[in-house]
Amino acid sequence: MPPIPAIEDLSITLAHYLGLAGTVFAIGTVIALSKRNAVAVLMGVELMLNAVNLTVLAFSRFSAAFEEGGSAPLEGHVFVVFVLTVAAAEAAVALAMAVLVYRRRETVDLDRFNLMRG
Amino acid sequence: MILAFFALSGLTVASALLVFVARNLLHALAFLVLSFLGMAGLFLTLSADFIGVAQVLIYAGSISVLMVFAVMLTPLASRNNGSTLYVIPAMLAAGGLASLIGFVAIDTEWDERKGEALGVSDFTTTVAGIGDLLLGRYLLAFEVASVLLLFALLGAIVLVQERRRAGEEA
Repeated sequence: MPPIPAIEDLSITLAHYLGLAGTVFAIGTVIALSKRNAVAVLMGVELMLNAVNLTVLAFSRFSAAFEEGGSAPLEGHVFVVFVLTVAAAEAAVALAMAVLVYRRRETVDLDRFNLMRG
Repeated sequence: MILAFFALSGLTVASALLVFVARNLLHALAFLVLSFLGMAGLFLTLSADFIGVAQVLIYAGSISVLMVFAVMLTPLASRNNGSTLYVIPAMLAAGGLASLIGFVAIDTEWDERKGEALGVSDFTTTVAGIGDLLLGRYLLAFEVASVLLLFALLGAIVLVQERRRAGEEA
């Protein structure tokens, strides 16, 4: 077992951020898979998207190409901008669908959604 | 830096867990906003200033307000944040996923920038660079994203508008 480093020697590495993002992603997965309410499922999906954004930004920041003095690799940031856009569009359409199903069935309980049963 | 990372990650993970365990849907929504704010702080520790501010505006601001609207527009539906019977398999699957990600993250020798990578002295704003890339190399994707937003707007409006029958008074 390696010796436990002193607090001054401890530095935040890429692995810290990846582990944190994995944890948040797992919590989002549990929420998205197990919640009964459609809005709660959407909350889980948003948490998962957030965790992925954190991974992309961490890879961008800790990239070996990160130069001193400004010429940072910003492709990851641009990708996160697109993820934010798609997340906003997805939330708008998904919540509109939840409201639409509520008008027909007076519930947003996913167990009772069987509109497409033939 | 270390203190900021651990405080913000604790805030994010704790409020994400509270989203799962909260009994009331609106309380879960409030904890979700807290988790988004913690995540925005983590983005700032990665010196992503533009993305951090956009996270506060888009996630903590507009998406959560949209969710509050969806809850308020379904007044007769249950406010209960309950789980289905799938919660045990979901926890097993997510636990396996998290341990896989953690194992890969720790076990891999990342070619990462070490040492003083996270010093604040060499920080410059990322906004100009992101703008250059969006309107330069990624111009086509930028335009497609704007078309996507327009269609999502139209789709949401068309989906939720009240349809009146032909004979009915307006």
